[in-house]
Amino acid sequence: MLGISKKDMTILLVVIVLALCAPFILNPFPTGSAMAQFNAGYPDLMQRFVIFGIFAIGFNILFGLTGYLSFGHAAFLGVGSYSAVWMFKLLSMNVVPAILLSMIVAGLFSVLIGYVSLRRSGIYFSILTLAFAQMSFNLAYSVLTPITNGETGLQLTLSDKRYLGQSVTESGSIPVTNFFGLEMRSTYDLAVGGWNFQFNAGYYLCAIIMIVAFYVSMRIFRSPFGLMLRAVKSNQQRLNYTGINPKPYTLAAFVISGIYAGLAGGLMASMDPLAGAERMQWTASGEVVLMTILGGAGTLIGPVLGAGFIKYFENIFSKINDTVLHQWFAFMPDGLEDVVVFIVHPFVGKGWHLTLGILFMLVVTFLPGGLVEGGQRIAKLFKREKAPAVPPSDPEHHPKETPHVAE
Amino acid sequence: MSKFNVTRRGVLKTGAAAGAGLALPTIFTSSAYAVTNNPMGGTVTLGFNVPQTGAYADEGADELRAYELAVEHLNGGGDGGMLNTFSSKVLDGTGILGKKVEFVTGDTQTKSDAARASAKSMIEKDGAIMITGGSSSGVAIAVQGLCQEAGVIFMAGLTHSNDTTGKDKKANGFRHFFNAYMSGAALAPVLAKMYGADRKAYHLTADYTWGWTQEESIVAATEALGWETVNTVKTPLASTDFSSYIAPVLNSGADVLVLNHYGGNMVNSLTNAVQFGLREKQVNGKNFEIVVPLYSRLMAKGAGENVKGIFGSTNWHWSLTDEGSKAFVKSFGTKYGFPPSQAAHTCYVQTLLYADAVSRAGSFAPCDVAAALEGFEFDGMGNGKTLYRAEDHQCFKDVLVVRGKENPTSEFDLLEVVEVTPAAQVTYPIDHPMFAGGSLGQCNNGA
Amino acid sequence: MDAVLLQILNGLDKGSAYALIALGLTLIFGTLGVVNFAHGALFMLGAFCAVTLSRILTLSFETIDETKVDFLGNPLKVKTPYVESWFGPETGGAIIDWAVPLSILFAIPVMITIGFIMERGLIKHFYKRPHADQILVTFGLAIVLQELIKYFFGANPIPTPAPDVFKGSFDFGVLLGYDPNVIIYPYWRMVYFLFSTIIIGGVFAFLQFTTFGMVVRAGMADRETVGLLGINIDKRFTFMFGLAAAVAGIAGVMYAPINSPNYHMGMDFLVLSFVVVVVGGMGSLPGAVLAGFMLGILESFASMNWIKDIIPGIDQIIIYVVAIIILLTRPRGLMGRKGVMED
Repeated sequence: MLGISKKDMTILLVVIVLALCAPFILNPFPTGSAMAQFNAGYPDLMQRFVIFGIFAIGFNILFGLTGYLSFGHAAFLGVGSYSAVWMFKLLSMNVVPAILLSMIVAGLFSVLIGYVSLRRSGIYFSILTLAFAQMSFNLAYSVLTPITNGETGLQLTLSDKRYLGQSVTESGSIPVTNFFGLEMRSTYDLAVGGWNFQFNAGYYLCAIIMIVAFYVSMRIFRSPFGLMLRAVKSNQQRLNYTGINPKPYTLAAFVISGIYAGLAGGLMASMDPLAGAERMQWTASGEVVLMTILGGAGTLIGPVLGAGFIKYFENIFSKINDTVLHQWFAFMPDGLEDVVVFIVHPFVGKGWHLTLGILFMLVVTFLPGGLVEGGQRIAKLFKREKAPAVPPSDPEHHPKETPHVAE
Repeated sequence: MSKFNVTRRGVLKTGAAAGAGLALPTIFTSSAYAVTNNPMGGTVTLGFNVPQTGAYADEGADELRAYELAVEHLNGGGDGGMLNTFSSKVLDGTGILGKKVEFVTGDTQTKSDAARASAKSMIEKDGAIMITGGSSSGVAIAVQGLCQEAGVIFMAGLTHSNDTTGKDKKANGFRHFFNAYMSGAALAPVLAKMYGADRKAYHLTADYTWGWTQEESIVAATEALGWETVNTVKTPLASTDFSSYIAPVLNSGADVLVLNHYGGNMVNSLTNAVQFGLREKQVNGKNFEIVVPLYSRLMAKGAGENVKGIFGSTNWHWSLTDEGSKAFVKSFGTKYGFPPSQAAHTCYVQTLLYADAVSRAGSFAPCDVAAALEGFEFDGMGNGKTLYRAEDHQCFKDVLVVRGKENPTSEFDLLEVVEVTPAAQVTYPIDHPMFAGGSLGQCNNGA
Repeated sequence: MDAVLLQILNGLDKGSAYALIALGLTLIFGTLGVVNFAHGALFMLGAFCAVTLSRILTLSFETIDETKVDFLGNPLKVKTPYVESWFGPETGGAIIDWAVPLSILFAIPVMITIGFIMERGLIKHFYKRPHADQILVTFGLAIVLQELIKYFFGANPIPTPAPDVFKGSFDFGVLLGYDPNVIIYPYWRMVYFLFSTIIIGGVFAFLQFTTFGMVVRAGMADRETVGLLGINIDKRFTFMFGLAAAVAGIAGVMYAPINSPNYHMGMDFLVLSFVVVVVGGMGSLPGAVLAGFMLGILESFASMNWIKDIIPGIDQIIIYVVAIIILLTRPRGLMGRKGVMED
């Protein structure tokens, strides 16, 4: 069905279920409980999960398939965001034209950068992309301020024109982004028992786009085009000898992944209409590289997992402060409580970077294939322990990564 | 449990137990509920959004200490600090409107994106009714915009750019900290007095919005007193070594160097300038001088000996001897063992001002709180008589001109207050060109 | 002309810092084939060796001075460093004053040890792994190292001044017949430049003229053959890692008085040093040094006012523009070899 194999269909279905049920899955703890700190099921973070998921899926099309390690992909995300916000400022608050424009602009930008950078390979390619992205960032932060609003980031104002929409709502505020009238921030709250689940319109728009993006990337992975890209990775010289010029293929992959990044940027701006220059900094480019490698480069679902992993740390661990720690360990005797808090303290709150760094090292040392390999190992463990008759579709378990996707 | 239509997290926290097992589907769209995160239970949650990683992490940590102290005092703990000296007496140590104050913290990373993500999670997940904090103007303006859209109050932390209450001002945002214009207005007369009226200044400016507004302000203020501006040079944000910008200064004919840098940039540019021996030189028959318009004691520490004798301005300093400052330094110093920074002071004051405004308004609704803050005059918070101007939500108060101390007695004793510039001298009309453009818009009670 | 001379001086100094870091980075890459993203962190650790030593030297005991009060109104505690009480204020003060140069002696063993531990404990396991994995693990290590430093020393820069005799600047202009104050240059930066030339020269001489260096160079060219000859090349490579760490470390020590060290100074230099290494050509030591000086000087030129007037913002991007031009005209950087890191 849909032109994909049964195995891939399973993966796709798992992704669809995960994406659509995220408000439940990410909110496992009752709202009032001490563990509620670990809940990630609020609109902003869920949106970030899928948006960075899209970004990483796109990056993986380039890096996972061709092996070209771009260190400047954040530039496309940034360009996408800027074009989307300009669309909101000039045209209307409908997200559709904004997202389309951000994909087009990012696509054009990536044709330009890709054409130049792909003249080199290996680390020389990486540094070329890095150089372009850093140039974009530095200029956006300073000289290009009329277009980018520099340090503050491009924001909407009451004096924006919005030729097809209204500049100011009746209540005197800036109109909000919408999808043909459906406001991106409108949220449906469902309280069940102690739990509170939030269903956000913006999240579902992002989630559906992510599913489509995932499907497209799956088709690319399985297509003759994808095969050609893998050939580029395994041995470019051989391709040259067989009389095939790999450049158009790699450029196409570069542009596709640039468009993905632009799409992610456009979605980010649609969920929260602000575009900051930091989105283009090398650390942002590095982040998507880390997401992809951490999740499992060259696998279908790995990048999405990696994106979720890093964003979770950034948003959840950084918010754990000493007061929260004392609440958690309040059941302990006083002296012990202080000791435990003292030990945990360096790793949470302002120390979330430290935890992230340690986890990077652990994952890459012990799971060379990234989180996907971790999943596979656990799956194997389960298979071995349980009776062999148990079908592989274990309902209480995470998506099964099939070995064939791992390179 | 009677107001389902106005619920959000606040009611859910308390109402959850009663509604156990019961599904309460309610649709929230832009006009379906009155006040975002209106606290319904016995507690109210404030969001403290400060840099915890990156170059300003120490400043953020000091802000966080001040917030914790403020919460302690609001809830009746400690010695009450400035509650005892504050001219408004509605706060009585029973929380805010009888609700115990709780708080959540987040990391801005000094990036507008991350700061907004963090603030959003406080609003969406933790039910924060007010967001405060920050250590740079870019972040303050970005978060202020977010709070305006989300319908919560934003009490800015350390932000010095004119734009925060100028072209980017918002009805839901309030700034207690002073701004670049005020720095210029306070500093220029002192500089003219100390260094003479016929000086030639050379500006090095951090190449982003805050740097530009400060350069503009200082240039205008000093030129009005007869100084000449030889050159203004923008330095890249990522610079760590300023030697190639400082080396040509001596030969430019200038006899004063103005460093419009903050944080790590300031430490490095000042250190480099002193290394070049600029301060021992004579130009135009006068001693060459360096000025750092915005001082921060925390950052000045990073420059070590190099700050000695260098003029600048600051919002507040712990050596002030008014009752409010003394009370704050005492409770902060007793709790943490060292004096508070200006960032800590402004954050502490902002929290109390918010709590006071809510109490006077008798409501958490942002529009009521904003109305209570607008035009509010108060005293006893360390800067003398202060006005929260209604038209732009900027505080007008005394500004300190300080100088790096020659013989510090301790590691905290780095600056000495040279002059307390009265509020009247730094007040500007609402339509001043440096603050033109933009409007407050309508206050927003919630999406 | 004077302005150009001035910027050449500045550029040489900047360039020597770039060259020193890039030299270590390319040494590790050339010998071990590892892309070390933690190299900036080693530079930062070096600077903090200087901070640590000056902290040790200023370890103090407290006496209470009843005549003064601290900020809370309590009697002031006056701190006197032990060093001063042992050797007297004169000698003790001089020792503290010379903390940064002394730190070199302290930093070399510390950094070599850190380098050994890093190589044996972590990097060793990544020789056969893809470069992407190496980047991820060393990047993780860099984050961990800098967060540890932040935990103990805070995020603010820490002043580490040079000895008093090196304060102020030297007037080159007068020597060359210009007016006073036209071409001035701080003494400590001159020291830094001389120091890095010596270190760079030393590393080259070591590789060129010692048997050990010869074997290492042979190993860089063809590791397998050297191994087949019965030479334990791994051991020498471990030593080279220690050496590279020490070079980065003492570069950091000497840099501390120029800019007060902070925990993320390594990250600030990381991208730049990679650009330098790649522009020089991966694995080429002379290339790294050449590229370091070239980029330093060009960066200084780009900050001249009349150039900035013609092309606004050029000083923000000059390094990247140069990198792009060089990589497009010379496919493997200035002096790179074919086939290194190209796939």
